[in-house]
Amino acid sequence: MSPSEFVSTSHHPLADGHAWGWEIAVYLFLGGFTAGLLVLSGLARRRGPRATGEPGFALASSGLSIVGLGAISLGMLALFLDLAHKPFVWRLYVTMEPRSPMSWGAWILLLVYPVLLTGIALDPPRALRDRVPALARLARYAEDERVRRGLGLASIAAGLALGVYTGILLSALGARPLWSSGLLGPLFLVSGLSTGAAFAHMASPLAEERHRLARLDNLLIAVELALIALYLIGLASSTEAHAEAAKLLLGGPYTAVFWVVVVGVGLVAPLAIQALTVAGRIAPTHVAPVLVLIGGIVLRFVLVFAGQASHWSRL
Amino acid sequence: MTRLGMVIDTRRCVGCQDCVVACKTENRTPEGYNRDWITYATKGRFPTLSMTIQSERCNHCDDPPCVSCCPTGASHVHPWGGVVLIDHDACIGCKACVVSCPYDARYIHPDGYADKCTFCIHRVERGQDPACVSVCPTHCMHFGDLDDPESEVSRLLASRPHHANLPEAGTGPRIFYLD
Ligand code: SF4
Ligand code: SF4
Repeated sequence: MSPSEFVSTSHHPLADGHAWGWEIAVYLFLGGFTAGLLVLSGLARRRGPRATGEPGFALASSGLSIVGLGAISLGMLALFLDLAHKPFVWRLYVTMEPRSPMSWGAWILLLVYPVLLTGIALDPPRALRDRVPALARLARYAEDERVRRGLGLASIAAGLALGVYTGILLSALGARPLWSSGLLGPLFLVSGLSTGAAFAHMASPLAEERHRLARLDNLLIAVELALIALYLIGLASSTEAHAEAAKLLLGGPYTAVFWVVVVGVGLVAPLAIQALTVAGRIAPTHVAPVLVLIGGIVLRFVLVFAGQASHWSRL
Repeated sequence: MTRLGMVIDTRRCVGCQDCVVACKTENRTPEGYNRDWITYATKGRFPTLSMTIQSERCNHCDDPPCVSCCPTGASHVHPWGGVVLIDHDACIGCKACVVSCPYDARYIHPDGYADKCTFCIHRVERGQDPACVSVCPTHCMHFGDLDDPESEVSRLLASRPHHANLPEAGTGPRIFYLD
């Protein structure tokens, strides 16, 4: 028989299960977003040179790498701000802990930087190219098919590793039933790809590319909706602790923000808008991609906070 | 192999908190933080009620998620006795271990590193009992090697019904409570 009342004298800070704050949510979002940019630009690089050499953003240009560099650096800054023992941060890089997703993540982040920097160096923005002649010489290598395709492959690999890891980070922490689902990894990966596609969609100057990205994003959003459904069904039909955790999103305190902002505003609305755009019924705007980005960041916030509120209960 | 663990008799425990104070004194935990604590679980419906009082702390789990999630190896299993410890100078304060513990046994020390019960390893290595065990006025706590069938803890477990907390969390807790 489980107790009807349970009282504990443990009152140390964090015993309420809120060790992680906005920093981790922001970090997970920016990590997934950068992963999306890496995979997309990698795919575009392998496909061929950019359409007509038009200026500005296009998928395989350095633009996405520059944005990715900024995003992942901001994400790492957020992660660093969250550390309580900051002077010891170097300890991450004197060991490799094979069972710790966070350790994998620390090393994956080191892999991401050279890929992004090579992407920028091989196709530097005009302003930079004019000022640094060495860069212009380096950029000639970009015309080599093998270099281009190799970089594309490295970019896809780094992106997938980064995207999968941001999802596994949470599901590897056994104590939180809301996170103990193998679907969290794929969900975060697809969400990262989707936010990356949404951003590239807004930034691309090529109408044809925008059209293709809108179609791709619709597919990703549909997959994401299916993964969310499977994730919740899986939890709700599992043990009592997992079913209780699912209730946080199905009637509990996180229900409104999850269904209205993450699912409604962040997935269903942009899917509808982009479906109409792709069909040629309405003119393309930035509304749908902006909604996807908002949905992506709120998804991380909801899962980081609701996850910590879920626990194995003694009642 | 030595597997250190505790057996606590809930029939003797009166919730006096002597163990809590002993730990605080022994380990000088900062104000507002404690490594062990008391829980009161009430069962049944009025007037047929029963209350179980337990002294709780880190379970020094057999399969500790706090160790496997640690990115620096700061959280580790001591080669002798399987005691779960934290190397303060290797800890970056990422809080993954705090989040991963089903028992909320860990906190972040005001100095920045993760901290929790050590089974008083410094005393145990000198052949003494942990501070909490040694002060208990009702002698309800027992400490020893769970892998040695002749030890006091093993005999108590063999002779009386007992339970562990949240075994369903799957971490293999090593603190047992005699019913
Ligand atoms: S009780 Fe918590 S802190 Fe202690 S070993 Fe188990 S998981 Fe780790
Ligand atoms: S807070 Fe310290 S001990 Fe805990 S997981 Fe992070 S580095 Fe390891």
